[in-house]
Amino acid sequence: MAPEPPLLSMSGITKSFPGVRALDGVDLDVQAGEVHCLLGQNGAGKSTLIKVLAGAHQPDDGVIRWRGEPVTLRSPIAAMRLGIATIYQELDLVEHLSVAENVHLGHEPTTAGFVVRGRAAKEATGRLLRRLGHPEVDPGRLVGELSAAQQQIVSMARALSHDVRLIVMDEPSAALDPDEVDNLFRIVGGLTADGVAVVYISHRLEEIRRIGDRVTVLKDGRAVAGGLPAKSTPTREVVALMTGRTVEYVFPERPAPPPGDGGTPVLQVRGLARDGEFEPLDLEVRAGEIVGLAGLVGSGRSEILETVYGARRPTAGQVLVDGRPLRPGSVRAAVRAGLGLAPEERKAQALLMLESVTRNVSVSSLSRFARAGWIDRGAERAAARAATRELSLRPDNPAVPVRTLSGGNQQKAVLARWLLRGCRVLLLDEPTRGVDVGARAELYAVVRRLADEGLAVLLVSSEVPEVLGLADRVLVLREGRVVHTAPAPALDEHRVLDLVMEGSQAS
Amino acid sequence: MTQHASPPRDSADTVAPAGRTPAWRGLRARADVRTLSLLGVLAALVVIGGVTKPDEFLDTRNLQLVLTQASVIGVVTVGMTFVITSGGIDLSVGAIVALASVWATTVATQEYGFGGILFTAVLVGLGCGLVNGLLVAYGGMVPFIATLAMLASARGLALQITDGRTQIVTVDGVLSLGERDSYLLGIPPLVLVFALVTVLGWLVLNRTTFGRRTVAVGGNAEAARLAGIDVRRQRLYLYLLSGLCCGIAAFLLVVLSGSGQNTNGNLYELDAIAAAIIGGTLLSGGRGTITGSVLGVLIFTTITDIFALNNLQSDVQQIAKGAIIVAAVLVQRRTASTT
Repeated sequence: MAPEPPLLSMSGITKSFPGVRALDGVDLDVQAGEVHCLLGQNGAGKSTLIKVLAGAHQPDDGVIRWRGEPVTLRSPIAAMRLGIATIYQELDLVEHLSVAENVHLGHEPTTAGFVVRGRAAKEATGRLLRRLGHPEVDPGRLVGELSAAQQQIVSMARALSHDVRLIVMDEPSAALDPDEVDNLFRIVGGLTADGVAVVYISHRLEEIRRIGDRVTVLKDGRAVAGGLPAKSTPTREVVALMTGRTVEYVFPERPAPPPGDGGTPVLQVRGLARDGEFEPLDLEVRAGEIVGLAGLVGSGRSEILETVYGARRPTAGQVLVDGRPLRPGSVRAAVRAGLGLAPEERKAQALLMLESVTRNVSVSSLSRFARAGWIDRGAERAAARAATRELSLRPDNPAVPVRTLSGGNQQKAVLARWLLRGCRVLLLDEPTRGVDVGARAELYAVVRRLADEGLAVLLVSSEVPEVLGLADRVLVLREGRVVHTAPAPALDEHRVLDLVMEGSQAS
Repeated sequence: MTQHASPPRDSADTVAPAGRTPAWRGLRARADVRTLSLLGVLAALVVIGGVTKPDEFLDTRNLQLVLTQASVIGVVTVGMTFVITSGGIDLSVGAIVALASVWATTVATQEYGFGGILFTAVLVGLGCGLVNGLLVAYGGMVPFIATLAMLASARGLALQITDGRTQIVTVDGVLSLGERDSYLLGIPPLVLVFALVTVLGWLVLNRTTFGRRTVAVGGNAEAARLAGIDVRRQRLYLYLLSGLCCGIAAFLLVVLSGSGQNTNGNLYELDAIAAAIIGGTLLSGGRGTITGSVLGVLIFTTITDIFALNNLQSDVQQIAKGAIIVAAVLVQRRTASTT
């Protein structure tokens, strides 16, 4: 062991949320002056880990040492005082304040308690921006007027305005074009030369090879490999570490002749595109068929689903149900034609959290229980009960408030809504997000059964095994483009991960 | 998988009609607690009034007066409750009442008699509501700003119409509605209108698709949109409804005062919002109660009456109202966080 203790050493970090063990005894060592990459699929626990490091989450168990001393990061301010800065993927800047004001937010230079506007802060900001290689950004401009890349620079300048020893960057390259990525790497190089440690999170293996010193791979809340050499570990090995299943899901069996054969397509998507989100896309889903879209965050999965559903207006192309085109950008047209969406953010986009399960289930079919606007509540309750029973929703009492349900049962309530509506095409966006591992198999069985009963299902998931296990056919997406299409049994997880990470080079 | 505390009640389904489950009763019981506490406050106020001014407060004429005064603001509050439940706000109600009342009492309108006055008041209310609704639902304006603009414009227009003068009503049919001769079993017709609006409002909010959609839009507009509800059209209808209530209230006010004035309905928006909030309607939307709103109105009107009978100045009334609003919202937040 080196006589000098590592700058940061986290050991046995455990963090649970209701129903999910997000971190399960994670170890992470970071040396001063190194770029330590954190790798893992969505849901592996990366975000939770950096939130613990930023003081935003408190671990249930485990020890954090800073320069060998055990510390407690009670709040983001406590972490900042130690010299830990975090640059989140969603930049946390105030658009209506200037660059200098954002950089000094929370620690404004003051004189006798009054915030000093102007020179001192602007000059300090200017120095930081020059150090970051962006002298062209004017400290007096409003942050809202800057490009995404410039905003990221501001975020970094803010981190550096503190005496920072460790910077956590959460997918900093996601919103940048190649030139900007080069500049980002120059900045990272400059920081490490000054002895600052960088924890770098990315999905892109090639970036990690370029700037990383060591790699820690997270999977299902555990560090499956710690401190691998970033440049010399073979890609195969890294991918295998990321995907090696520790939890086996039970997927329902596929029907014997693949359901895609022969039948007429219920859902047809022709040349559908949205500028800056995804490129023209063609796909068909037949009755009884489950088609999966596999891809990482930012590959355009959710955007595609929401555009098909009419929640976003396409810039080109059309959606047809039973051969009839839908009015573009109209959710109501889509629902009337028989589409149903189980969105990614269940609580924000699907559920009425103050209401009962019954009312959440019936909300899309109200006119069915109404005569002249008058709701027959008995018929409504009976129908909601039948729909939730069919999906074995627990507790078996649709009068309870939907917020008391577990994630899996809340998802069933959303599915019951579309079952009751009699929908023909089900769009599932991350159907098992926030659902217990144990409850997932049941949800998979429900989806397959609905397909067997004649629904066309379009499934989006960042969990590759889920897409491969559940879907009949799979489209692999990378940065808004379909890079591969194949029957699910013809693909395996490594192949898909190669495709989504390396893209066209690998195919 | 047993994430809910209540035991399974499979057997109960076959015996009792669906929905009469413990949780449902629990929900109803919780609503009752709130209603009961409001009734308790009202009862306490009646006791206070009865003790401090036994002869005057409990006099039938005084109680009739209290109810009549509650009727005008009460009708406005019913409309306001719908708007707030949907996550919106209508700051223009007082101004609409003023505009509708003066437009309905111009010399020209009065020539058309009773029907002309009623029709004009309702139409002006609906017209203002339509503008509010279009601005909010299709113009993408924040309700606070759109209705604030309506407040200013409608007050200005009302002043322009009257030139600051009080317009005396000369139509007998309208005036007689406010007189004791037309009371039914001792109940003033204005109070009957209020009762009717309350009952209809309750039914619409709790028993119709319109009410459900209102609650859905207020609870989670994005979820409502993705569930296939036409959120914009619903918002338009809601401001129309609020405008309609203002038109009816304006007519009641014309009957009550026998005149139309551009200063009518002053600060009604604050009274209506306050009554809805202390009644238990969430300002953030998603939950609304007509019963609570009406009790809120009755509480405020009773306080005003008691203070007036005891010769306390209106400044003391205002302070007391403010304290009640704060107390009610604090209690509401406490219960919201525990449920």
